Amino acid sequence: MSVRTAIVRRAIEVAALLAEVGDMANGATVIFLGHVREMNDGRAVSGIEYSAYGEMAERELAAIASECAAHFGVAHLVAEHRLGALELGDVSIAIAVAHPHRAEAYEASRFVIEEVKRRLPIWKREGYVDGTSDWVDAAGIAHEQRAEEWQ
Amino acid sequence: MTVTALLFASYADALGSDRLELTLAGDTTVRDVVDRLRAMPGGSSLPAAPLVAVNQTYASSDQRVVSGDEVAIIPPVAGG
Repeated sequence: MSVRTAIVRRAIEVAALLAEVGDMANGATVIFLGHVREMNDGRAVSGIEYSAYGEMAERELAAIASECAAHFGVAHLVAEHRLGALELGDVSIAIAVAHPHRAEAYEASRFVIEEVKRRLPIWKREGYVDGTSDWVDAAGIAHEQRAEEWQ
Repeated sequence: MTVTALLFASYADALGSDRLELTLAGDTTVRDVVDRLRAMPGGSSLPAAPLVAVNQTYASSDQRVVSGDEVAIIPPVAGG
């Protein structure tokens, strides 16, 4: 089994991640890519600046991957999240999972992205075509409601 | 005692800083640190009970903090 995670400030090399998780023992590989889309909430997006609580984000992403590997018995898992200024279409997160069987591969991949959305301390400031920008609460959950989950 | 408060994203914008050294009385909790920040100029836009991490681990509002702790106030996360 291999598990690797990274918070990076460079383009994510999708083909390299696929090669990293590939081996003959596994019948299924699932790759999830998150990328910058051109419209959000009815506003035309020009790009997104991602920032993080760096060391904690590294630790949380590694913890999510470990929990996933233990729970779903994945063979190989690689997850990278990118920070910095991203343009439309750029990959912000990639999750590659290899497993002997497809059902578990899909479930493991979904687990990682949902936990990232829930607890990875990363923020995005969306820039719009009209020249304005805003911090995004992607999950759309009222903040105090979210805090209660930890108490 | 002194703790380091870390602020990110919209919270850093609101307080005009991403890192503040706070001097507090002993026997202090996460809630006390948040209350101190909310009393500062710009601090009123922080929620009363934000998500907080102490030394990079999510913490409850009644968790004790000790001198030297790093107390991060976490805005709604938006990774992915």
